Amino acid sequence: MLKVRIIPTLLWKQFGLVKGVGFDSWRRVGPVLPTIKVYNTREVDELILVDIVAHEGDEDPDYESIDDFGQDCFVPLTVGGGITRADQVQRLLRAGADKVSLNTASYLRPELITEIADRHGAQCVTASIDVRTDPEGARECYSCAGSAATGRNPVAWAREAEARGAGEILLTSIERDGTMEGYDLPLIESITGAVGIPVIAAGGGGSYQHMVDAVLEAGASAVAAASMFHFTEQTPAGARAALAAAGVPVRTVFTGA
Amino acid sequence: MSVIGVIEYGSGNLGSVLRALQKAGANARVIDAPEKIQEVGRLLLPGVGSFADCARLLEQGGWPDALRAAVQSDGKPLLGICLGMQLLASASDEGVSDEQDSAQSAGLGLIPGQVRHLQDQGCSLRVPHVGWNSVQLSGQPDALFDGIPPGTDVYFAHSYAFVPEDPSHILATTDYGVDVVAAVGHDQVMGTQFHPEISSRAGFRLLRNFAEAKAC
Repeated sequence: MLKVRIIPTLLWKQFGLVKGVGFDSWRRVGPVLPTIKVYNTREVDELILVDIVAHEGDEDPDYESIDDFGQDCFVPLTVGGGITRADQVQRLLRAGADKVSLNTASYLRPELITEIADRHGAQCVTASIDVRTDPEGARECYSCAGSAATGRNPVAWAREAEARGAGEILLTSIERDGTMEGYDLPLIESITGAVGIPVIAAGGGGSYQHMVDAVLEAGASAVAAASMFHFTEQTPAGARAALAAAGVPVRTVFTGA
Repeated sequence: MSVIGVIEYGSGNLGSVLRALQKAGANARVIDAPEKIQEVGRLLLPGVGSFADCARLLEQGGWPDALRAAVQSDGKPLLGICLGMQLLASASDEGVSDEQDSAQSAGLGLIPGQVRHLQDQGCSLRVPHVGWNSVQLSGQPDALFDGIPPGTDVYFAHSYAFVPEDPSHILATTDYGVDVVAAVGHDQVMGTQFHPEISSRAGFRLLRNFAEAKAC
């Protein structure tokens, strides 16, 4: 039986890892390499590493840094930030990425999803969808690390991303981000009900129970979190145990040699 | 222990594969041309991609005949990972449309069988099949899973899967609504649908088993 993944998200800005609230008020949380090393030692299910300022320039992804970060990473690594062309993906895979996550560039040129999926397979392309919800409850996708409205409706865009070849959706609620108040369950449910590809819930995870809810109530295939792992005593291993206690299938770590 | 040549043909997560082999204690290097096959004792075919595209890249690089000769004439062990395992098959449904000729979907033909979409195999769950899933060993004698007990979780990421013609070539399966072939083996040709290179310690163990497997 397939296990529900617990995925620490690492947001990378210039020289280190950061974490904000509502995609703003970034605070430094430490260097990238030692953090990846610790998560690797703890055998997390997967890692997502996103360069949150890469979309601002027109330079290639920072392959050298990814190569450094990959040195101590033996768990699946999704890399995002600044990917605008399919040929960049092969270099990222060569550097140590196992999958890529697309956001800003996919709104500007949706064919990019197809180009990468045709070349590297659907399972290599994660569509990262950042959603803002206005006080009336209307939802809209945002690009450029949550700063630019795209005019796209999340459900319609998720369906389009799937049709164009995305193999997974990383769904983040911008309002919930960094609040640790819980995932936006109706948002997640609206997307898991609309697509047939796995959906990773993100934005707002603050407790193990929030993760259980995202899976059992909203149908998420995986749960991502940053703040609760950076700023609280809770750990991916603790989350695994709590999910298991709630009846969610989780991975058993291999203890042989 | 002989050197493992990791085949670079324009696809695959080579970074992760090389690091994991090193971590597993194997002596590995990238080989980027078929004539370099003679420099190594065993071969690893990685793959993150679409079947038709990767089959074409292999063909363009002049790999298929060289790989078949290395395995069938020289008896070099070959391990295919994920798409690299699917490429061991006779043919794939992936990337085949009416306008395309069937040659585009031909594999290396080292293990008879077809690669088919999970939904065409009766799977009604979310596709791609992504994440950690447990392997059930079929009981065929093989060294690849030495020290890896049934039920061990390993990492999968795929939409298509290998259906061997001969069930005795199935080394392991995994349950994803239907039984999905997780590993194949036929003499010195082996393949895993999952990714040992990113399956932590269970993956290192499998890679070490491959590095130490007896050549024919």
